[in-house]
Order: sequence, then structure tokens, then C-alpha cells
Amino acid sequence: MTRFASAFGKGRPVIAAFVTGGDPTPSHTSAILDALVEGGADVVELGMPFTDPMADGPAIQLGNLRSLGAGTTTADLFAIARNFRARHPNVPLVLMGYANPMIRRGPDWFAHECTSAGVDGVICVDLPPEEDDDLGLALRAAGVDLIRLATPTTDASRLQVVLNGASGFIYYVSVAGITGLQQATSDSIAGAVARLKAATSLPIVVGFGIRTPEQAAKVGAVADGVAVGTAIVELVGKHGANAAGPVRDYVASLRHAMDAASKENVA
Amino acid sequence: MTLSNSLRTGPDERGHFGQFGGRYVAETLMPLILDLERHYEAAKVDPAFALQFDDLLEHYVGRPSPLYFAERLTEELGGAKIYFKRDELNHTGAHKINNCIGQILLAMRMGKTKIIAETGAGQHGVATATVAARFGLPCTIFMGARDIERQQPNVFRMKLLGAEVHSVESGSRTLKDAMNEALRHWVANVSDTFYIIGTAAGPHPYPELVRDFQSVIGREAREQILKREGRLPDLLVAAIGGGSNAIGLFHPFLDDREVQMLGVEAAGHGLDKEHAASLAGGSPGILHGNKTYLLQDEDGQITEAHSISAGLDYPGIGPEHSWLHEIGRVRYESATDIEALEAFKLVCRLEGIIPALEPSHAIAAVMRIAPKMAKDQIIVANLCGRGDKDIFTVAEALGVTI
Repeated sequence: MTRFASAFGKGRPVIAAFVTGGDPTPSHTSAILDALVEGGADVVELGMPFTDPMADGPAIQLGNLRSLGAGTTTADLFAIARNFRARHPNVPLVLMGYANPMIRRGPDWFAHECTSAGVDGVICVDLPPEEDDDLGLALRAAGVDLIRLATPTTDASRLQVVLNGASGFIYYVSVAGITGLQQATSDSIAGAVARLKAATSLPIVVGFGIRTPEQAAKVGAVADGVAVGTAIVELVGKHGANAAGPVRDYVASLRHAMDAASKENVA
Repeated sequence: MTLSNSLRTGPDERGHFGQFGGRYVAETLMPLILDLERHYEAAKVDPAFALQFDDLLEHYVGRPSPLYFAERLTEELGGAKIYFKRDELNHTGAHKINNCIGQILLAMRMGKTKIIAETGAGQHGVATATVAARFGLPCTIFMGARDIERQQPNVFRMKLLGAEVHSVESGSRTLKDAMNEALRHWVANVSDTFYIIGTAAGPHPYPELVRDFQSVIGREAREQILKREGRLPDLLVAAIGGGSNAIGLFHPFLDDREVQMLGVEAAGHGLDKEHAASLAGGSPGILHGNKTYLLQDEDGQITEAHSISAGLDYPGIGPEHSWLHEIGRVRYESATDIEALEAFKLVCRLEGIIPALEPSHAIAAVMRIAPKMAKDQIIVANLCGRGDKDIFTVAEALGVTI
């Protein structure tokens, strides 16, 4: 069973928690990743910093700048991933970022590094299915999932394009916008997840705009998982080298609300 | 590229010029990009669209722009005959308006009600604000905070024309960051907003449609030089930032094997120092929706560009240029800030024309090359913008207080 399959097979909605790698410095990231897992994250998303994060809001832009300002390199990120894998053999690890740093040394090089570091999946924000040749072929050949994104602008015919070759899980971007700012209504998310579920058996993780335990619980009630990023990156921005504690508490608060909600549902 | 008997048939159906171009955008934008492509394909074959475009170019922009024989510059350099394609005489003072007319007509065909654009020097911002005013659509221009400081006259022009100028404080606070911010805004307002991209770059179909709208420059130049000299020129020269004026001049001549072409990138302080020459000093990568040559480090992080010309101060280049460079159809060289300033001063003094700093880079290359060519040879250089906007920058560089 893949790490994804076991994470999504626990009978509860997963938390996919995002943090920018190397923020505030590469040496602090491991403790923050551990905090995500200790708080109850089932999937860890490690952000690859990029100078030009076009799809991200101010909080994650700043996280990228902090990381790059600390001198984070691609080699640092893979070292962080490799160390994470050694400490957490069963927690799925996803690299999330933009195409240019991923393809810089060629897709085969990147795919090989992912495999050897124990990365399970990759989310590439600016690589639509039309340009799959640049990365998807190499990743899948190496046994790494390229996780595809669906959005509110994805209609039925477009969804077929997105699902063709998709693996791991589907990341549903719940608002047409950048990370961290707006929030979608629960009804619109429930409708979208139902449409996705009718079209694929892959798990559906919903992200963008989810930050409070209440929101996470509501989304968790209809989706297979919730992705949270901006709120965590803000905590790292606020607490810097001491972010692990607050990050752990924050993720635990999401976990608690989501577990309570699923118990209510069962009752 | 499979249709290889013409260099003018690109891009392919996926928007690729060889390995370059393509569509590298957030999934949210993909349906819109595909929709834009469908609308552009329909507009291309709609005679009413062409009629409206041509009519506006003639009566609003002031086309055709003259092809002017620069007699005194030719004498001074003592070689090939030098002609200027006078696109600085267009309404708003640069070639940018050609493309903006085309794109706003497309925006209205698509039923979009709001316009956004990014700008560096402000010429594209002014041109966009102009067409938005002309057609009564609200318009927001994204501009780096640093560019706002150094291009105040154009900022004021945009505001007079009714545009909102959004100061971008992120990153290096220049054109690249303005483009990031425009893309962020677009992703969040995808249903009603049209993004008028100012250069022949970005996700497909932008490089194609910007090139097509700008190709009026080359079509006119071709007709004008045939009328004046009875033959095609030996060399075309144009400055390259993203490269829209250059591809506009070059494209109608690409299949004329006897016509040589030279694109001139900004070498800034020198190719071994800070510069904006993506082909000379960069490598292929992905940014702002397309694969093309970029200034980047070994990890794929985008490095800062520098040019005295805010319009050339961009770490990338249009994908068709990357392709023309790789197949060798167009030669690309560069000119430094200092060389561009020398060319600027020479054209002012000899021809009574104040060129923008962007085409001053092209003239700098002409100054190197023309003397080595025979007197019966012909150069057409694109004078893509006028220098009114640059007088403060030039004054500062020359140590003059105004």
C-alpha cells in the first residue's frame, strides 16, 4: 500500500499541511515539519521557494523571500526531505512549488531526487496537464505522483483533461484566486467535491482559504482532506525560529475540530 | 515545428515554437486561456475584426508610420543606408498601442468588462490606459514601486487617462513583479477581466497574437522599402526586452532569406555585470506562462535584470525570439547602457529626433555595424518609441539637473 493510500485509508479526513521549505532557515524546517506531524497532519507539503510565486498571496510570498534570503537551495530541500523520510517512514511527503526550480536540471534529475529522498508526490502550480511532458512523464516513470489541481473554473470537459493521468490525489483549489485570502462557501465546496467524486475515485483534498478549525471541520465533512498553508506560514513568519510549538498547537486545533465533527456525524 | 517551409507558421497547436512557448499557468487560468485562443482564432478570420483594427490604426494611432531615410546618420557612419521605421510617431509615442488596440477589441469580443495590464517604463501602461479610455472600460495598471519612482510622467499620464495605477511592492519592485501581481489579480478576477499583456511573451496565445498585432510594423516597412528602394533591406535591427517591436518588424520578413535580422538586448553595465540580456546571459526555463530564455541561477531562481531603459529591464524574452535564436534565423547581440546613451545623443544631434532609450540600443548596434557595410546596402532600424519619457533618466546619467 502506498503512503497516500494508507493516509487516506484511516477513516477520517486528512490534514495536508503546507510549510515553505527553508523558512525561516533550512535548519529550522525539520522541527517545523515534525510539529506538523505531531499536531496531527497526515500529509506534509514541503514548499519549494521561488523568486516569483505568481499564484501565492502575500503571506506565502514572504515565506518564499525569507527562505531564499536565508540562502535555501534545491539541495537543501532534498536534504530536508530525506531527513524527514528517515524520521517519518510512513507520512506521505509532497513537494509543492513552481515549474522552473523543478525542471532546472531536467525532469529526470528531479524525479530521481524525489525518489531517492522519499518524496511521494509533487504539486506544480504552473504546470497544466497540457505541459505534462515537462515533468509528469518523468515523475510517474519514477513512481512519484504528479498531483493535479482542479478549480472552480474547471468545467466538465476540462475535468476530463485534468483527470487523465492524474494520480495520488486531486487537489481542489476551492477559490478562483491566490492562496490565503478569500474563502469559498461550504455549499460551493460540497457541490464541487460531489462533482469530482462522481468523476474519479482518487481522494479529494480541498485547499485555499481554509484557516480556522471550524472551516476545516466543515470541509473535512465533505472532502477526503483539507489543505492548510497560509495560516501555518503566517505562524512561521511571526515566531521564526520558535515556530514549531505554535505550529503544532495550531494543527492540533484543526485535528481536534475535525475529529469532533466526524464523531458528531457518526452519532 | 513541422510546417518547415515557412518560419511564419508558428506556433504549433499547443503554442510551442520549437521547445519554447507553451502555457504554464495556474489551472484556474487554463479555461480562460483556452477561451482566449478560441476567440482569437475566430477573430483572425473575421473580416469585420480586421476592418475595425485597420481603421483604428489609421485614424486613431496614425498609421502607417513613415519610413524615414536617416541621411545625416548615414553620412556620419559612412556605410550602409540607414532607414528608421518611425513607430515613435504613433499616438502615445511607441509601438505598444498597435497591440493594445488589437487586444481591447478581443476583450470586447469576449464580453470582458475590466482591463488590467502590467508596465515597466509605462509605455504599455499608457497605451493600455488609452485604449481603455477610448472604449470606456475601467482599467488597472500594475507597476513596480521602483518603476513608479523613475517614470513619474507616465504614471501621471495613466491617471489622467482614468486608469488606476497599482504600486507593486513585492520582489525587486520592477516589471517582473508587476507581471506577477497582474497574474495574481487575474486569477482572482478571471470571469470579467481581460489581461492586456504588453509584449510577445506570456502563455499561448499571447506571444502569437501580440506578434500578429505588431506585424503591421514589418508589413508597412516591407511595402515602404520596396517602394523607395525597389528591393528588400539587407538588415533589420530592433531592440529586445520582451521583444514585441522586434518580432513585429521581423515576422513579415522571416521567409526572405536574403534579409538578415539583428535583435539587440540590453547589456546594462556589461554582460559580465548586471544586465537584461536573456539570450546572451540566460538559459531556457519557465516564467510568466511560457518557456523561454531567462536570467536565472543554477537552482532556477530568477535573477534581477538591469538596464538603463525600464522597458528592457526584464529577465526574460518572448519565446519566438528564443526559437529564432536557437535555429539561427535571427542574430542577437547586445548594447550597454553607455552605448545606448551615445546612440541616443547622436540621433538627437544628427536627426532632430529624441529616441526612447529602448530603440537607442538598436541604434547603438547600427553604429557598430553600418560602417562595416557597403554604401549600397540598406538597414531598417525600428525606432519603436520616443524619448520624452526618458529625459529625466538621461539627464541623471549625464549628470544634469533639470
